[in-house]
Amino acid sequence: MATTAPEAPAQEVGAVQAFTVTLIVRRFDPEKDAEPHWQDFDVEMYSTDRVLDALHKIKWDQDGTLAFRRSCAHGICGSDAMRINGRNRLACKTLIKDLDISKPIYVEAIKGLPLEKDLIVDMEPFFESYRQVQPFLIASSKPEKERLQTIEQRARFDDTTKCILCAACTSSCPVFWTDGQYFGPAAIVNAHRFIFDSRDDAAQVRLDILNDKEGVWRCRTTFNCSEACPRGIEVTKAIAEVKQAILRGKP
Amino acid sequence: MTTIDAPRSSAARTRSGMNLEKWGWMYMRASGVVLVVLIFGHLFVNLVAGDGVSQIDFAFVAGKLSDPFWQVWDTLLLWLALIHGANGMRTLVNDYVTKPKVRSALHFALASSTAVLLILGTLVIYTFDPCPAGADPELIASFCSTL
Repeated sequence: MATTAPEAPAQEVGAVQAFTVTLIVRRFDPEKDAEPHWQDFDVEMYSTDRVLDALHKIKWDQDGTLAFRRSCAHGICGSDAMRINGRNRLACKTLIKDLDISKPIYVEAIKGLPLEKDLIVDMEPFFESYRQVQPFLIASSKPEKERLQTIEQRARFDDTTKCILCAACTSSCPVFWTDGQYFGPAAIVNAHRFIFDSRDDAAQVRLDILNDKEGVWRCRTTFNCSEACPRGIEVTKAIAEVKQAILRGKP
Repeated sequence: MTTIDAPRSSAARTRSGMNLEKWGWMYMRASGVVLVVLIFGHLFVNLVAGDGVSQIDFAFVAGKLSDPFWQVWDTLLLWLALIHGANGMRTLVNDYVTKPKVRSALHFALASSTAVLLILGTLVIYTFDPCPAGADPELIASFCSTL
């Protein structure tokens, strides 16, 4: 019944502290700029926010011309791979609290693919090499009801089924950067997914495609791809398994 | 870093039947393993065993090159290491040189210098005279006086 209770402002209870975070974004407008340039933005963020939220705040409240791709915003569509503080990550899976916010956060488009605008690159060459490995089930037999597979057979290629085609791996690969002719880790990962699938009959076709001057032999096991993969796929291991399969002549 | 104008542009290139990349890759692995043994064996025998570094003089080298065991060892070391290195250089050229003419010029320079060094080196290993006529007996291998 005390009327002299300490005055606690109601809005402070349970309030989460906000931080001012500086983002330095590499901007490029093909209609105005000859070269990309860096532009900084200050945004009010919570530590539970993601880099994607910061980009949204910039686009919605500060500069509507900022261009970036995102779709599901929950790490599964693979649209928003970008280079954050020099590392390829998904903006929607990178929490502000995991970055050092005492320094600015650098955000730029992924490297190696043609820059179209701001954080958007032309993904067509990436998808072209993906299509070339024939990433679909090729089976000659017609099953009675369904194509049966044991748990072990399914586990053989489980890791590479996780790929979301965000291009974080291929655009972190120094071999791809040199002349852009290498198939790239993502295409090999998706070939691996079918090469080691017991239901598929065209492993040999895909092994022949990747047994190429620009195929698996260009991989130098730099492990950039494994480090970049937001899905935690052991990309370099998958490439090594494809190399072994080519040497064996069968999966 | 500049962006690449047309990544995967030569994707529709014609595929030749022969693929040396696979064999190149296997050569690098196989020769690498053998070279570890050859190089460290070479370093140990020359620099650690016996009197160590101070033992190396004309007589020491001449003695080794007149022993069939070391002739084979050095020949293997020469061929495996030189081709291993040249193939590595070829990979670097493929990575960093995009102009076809410069690329083939560098490949030619690499291949010819490798070939010259291989022939020259092999010639030295098998035609080396450990006991040149009229040489100071102090400086040449001890077995020369018994010849």
